[in-house]
Amino acid sequence: MPGLVHVSTTINGNPTDFLCEPRQSLLEVLRDVLGMTGTKEGCNDGNCGACTVMFDGRIVTSCLVLGVEAQGKEISTIEGVASPEGLHPVQQAFLENAALQCGICTPGFIVAAKALLDREPDADEGRIRHWLAGNLCRCTGYDKIVRAVLDAEDKMKA
Amino acid sequence: MTSNIVLSEVEYNVVGKRHIRPDGVDKVTGRAQYGADVQLTGLLQGRVLRSPHAHARVISIDTSAAEAHPGVFAVVTAADLPFASLTRDDLGGDYQRLKFASNHVMASDKVLFKGHPVAAVAAESQHVAEEAINLIKVDYEVIPPSMTVRQAMEPDASLLHDDLFTSELGQLSDKPSNVASHMAFEAGDIDEGIKQADVVLEREFETASVHQGYIEPHNSTAFWNTDGQLNIWTSTQGPFVVRTNVADILRHPVSRVKVTPMEIGGGFGGKITAYLEPIAALLSKKSARPVKLLMSRTEVFEASGPAPGTWMKVKLGATSEGKITAADIFLAFEAGAYPGSPVMQGAACALACYDVPNARINGYDVVVNKPKTAAYRAPGSPQAAFAVESVIDEICEQLGVDPVEFRLRNASREGVRRVEGPVFRRIGLVECLEAARNHDHYKMPLNGPNQGRGIAAGFWFNRGFQSAVNISVNPDGTVNLIEGSVDIGGSRASIAQQAAETLGIAYEDVKPTVVDTDSIGYTMVTGGSRTTFATGWAAIEAAEDVKMQMVERAAKIWDTPVEDVEYADGALSHKSDPELRMTFRELARQLLGTGGGITGASNVDPTGEGNGFGVHLVDVEVDPDTGKVTILRYTAVQDAGKAIHPSYVEGQMQGGVVQGIGWALNEEYFFNDQGQMMNSSFLDYRMPTALDLPMIDTVIVEVANPGHPYGVRGVGEVPIVPPLPAIGCAISHAIGNRINRLPANPGAVLEAMG
Ligand code: FES
Ligand code: FES
Repeated sequence: MPGLVHVSTTINGNPTDFLCEPRQSLLEVLRDVLGMTGTKEGCNDGNCGACTVMFDGRIVTSCLVLGVEAQGKEISTIEGVASPEGLHPVQQAFLENAALQCGICTPGFIVAAKALLDREPDADEGRIRHWLAGNLCRCTGYDKIVRAVLDAEDKMKA
Repeated sequence: MTSNIVLSEVEYNVVGKRHIRPDGVDKVTGRAQYGADVQLTGLLQGRVLRSPHAHARVISIDTSAAEAHPGVFAVVTAADLPFASLTRDDLGGDYQRLKFASNHVMASDKVLFKGHPVAAVAAESQHVAEEAINLIKVDYEVIPPSMTVRQAMEPDASLLHDDLFTSELGQLSDKPSNVASHMAFEAGDIDEGIKQADVVLEREFETASVHQGYIEPHNSTAFWNTDGQLNIWTSTQGPFVVRTNVADILRHPVSRVKVTPMEIGGGFGGKITAYLEPIAALLSKKSARPVKLLMSRTEVFEASGPAPGTWMKVKLGATSEGKITAADIFLAFEAGAYPGSPVMQGAACALACYDVPNARINGYDVVVNKPKTAAYRAPGSPQAAFAVESVIDEICEQLGVDPVEFRLRNASREGVRRVEGPVFRRIGLVECLEAARNHDHYKMPLNGPNQGRGIAAGFWFNRGFQSAVNISVNPDGTVNLIEGSVDIGGSRASIAQQAAETLGIAYEDVKPTVVDTDSIGYTMVTGGSRTTFATGWAAIEAAEDVKMQMVERAAKIWDTPVEDVEYADGALSHKSDPELRMTFRELARQLLGTGGGITGASNVDPTGEGNGFGVHLVDVEVDPDTGKVTILRYTAVQDAGKAIHPSYVEGQMQGGVVQGIGWALNEEYFFNDQGQMMNSSFLDYRMPTALDLPMIDTVIVEVANPGHPYGVRGVGEVPIVPPLPAIGCAISHAIGNRINRLPANPGAVLEAMG
């Protein structure tokens, strides 16, 4: 294929190299080049949050980042949230609070919620709603998602 | 303040408990495989070329440049569909039906909405496919579009189909028309009813087209093998429906089509129709490679089913004591490009909450140059409820009667005959109204200017239809449960719970799996609020079959007549010999050595679905300067019959409410005067975010459905019905003028304020 670019990056703590076209988004690279399909596509234009990943410690919609921009960066995705010891408290709280129905928005919400709690472990309901306003969920009405994040705060302190 | 209340009458061991869903870990870790995640050896990516016009004749299509483009493996147009080479003589009475179905998938002579597919390409990547579709030249002759029911019903309207004749109360008319059908329900004597009324109100309403808004776009992957076996992987609510559609449109034997339902990212009724599957199949046939098609968000808006925009009139009469005497209703629903709006369901739901002695409902199904409408949660009911409940609210105001009291005086209950004929069995509307009246939300006064409270009731039939389940017993006493119902919101759990309860074993001992159409009996869609009811029923029957075979096996082992063996609480015992007793697990261990394994199987088509009712309360505040509406508090009350998994019942209620809030306040297809949608992105088609909402309080009322062993009623549809009128009425009370048009976005509210 003409014009493939070699990119060296770190994904979920692992040094990773890939080849991509300059026009491919990070979302495409994750899903189609690297086979990491946990990150979802809902709109491909930055408005649903299903493709949320961490990019050098910042939360981004990966459909609006180019794959080549990953050069030398630290990316983390939903696949890196759980550890060999088990689920992250945010994941556990989503399960226990029935905070997912179809689950397509869930990876994006979990990455975004974890990012919030990592920096604001005491975020209140209003703050959580504000932070998660970039993630659309059409199934739950957000009630149980907000409760799950509040519950995760308790779990993380315990 | 209580937020999630469950008013239970009967307790069970497994049913009614909040278990962790079996697919949960996969879904919180990103491992669950959705339709877009399918990977196959040699997989090609496809793109669909869509019409830029809302209404045009297709003069010619030139695909040669696309075919010559490097990296392109196949190009298809409607000429590749079997319909292209079939005549009226071949198809007879089936001609028009197949023509509509085939042309919907890919336009032949005419395009009928912006986004209508005209060609498709399979290529080595999405980007190459995209380049190639831009090389296809299509010549159109543009025709003026008919965009609303009012326009389309005009005598000189631009016609979508020159061979569509109105079915006028069952008789075909002789002049082509955009009105596909006119149906009517009538009961009692409408003139007499109006005469008996002390107050008569007549109002007119409109609602805009809205989309189901599932976050996962449509997708489909197909592989047409050289031996004619067609495998399809897709996100669908109804794999068996897709199989039927594909076999029908492609004229292929059903047994040669296997549909594997992948995990599905929302549907709400919108993922039943086959949009991409036949195209992916044709591309695969031509390229001899598997082909994946994904819709973009814009394609989802422009080419998959919205819920119909409507034009409605309601005339209602009531006595000064608050008894409804008559209702005369006109409903005109947009079908989209092909006939089939849910106007009939809207008509049947319109008055279902009330005992109305004299009623007449006329419904019109009207084609317009918009994407063909699809089901959306309680199809037809929310719009009809908006009209009827708003008039009831205004009558309550005029009579000075409390709106809950008024509804209690007129509420449907057991024995009441609906306008379209059926008589209600035991239903829970009265209990819902009472629970709403007892709720602290209802007792708490509003506490500021520009605020208003709305209350409304809603109805959905709920559905039965066919489901199949197989349950196999494992040597360790666990069981595998095989089902055909796609799990869109926790149904693996609710089905497994019913099986576990029936078998008397632990929830964790039932492992449910959703399988493809080759591997289980016919199962209707996950939709219509039928899954927990009907597939639950199938699970219960399959479990009963297991129990019967376990009893036979125990009898064989104990060398005793079957009648002497009893199955209770997950154990087998001899009725008169207390020494002879085995738990389920103990017997399971012996099965393979005593005659082989045991599989219980069932195919059901239960008809005892219990009708569903809900009552919602909402407080809003209107910004007097901008017209923006804020939802201050929301409480949804609903009769679930028996909530098998209360968390997922609450989730259905909360999700339905929020979709209703979006419908009432913001969401709308916005077209320019050429019929092109101008807001086909999530940015511009503004769905509610977490920031727009309060917590959604719920009350689950349980009035057991006599038609189900555990009393289940479906729950998914009802919660989207009351929000439209409840919010409309709340705004009306806040501003002192009526809201008769949705969405009540800031501009519309300012206008209504005058
Ligand atoms: S897919 Fe990236 S924001 Fe929607
Ligand atoms: S759970 Fe379906 S979109 Fe959020």
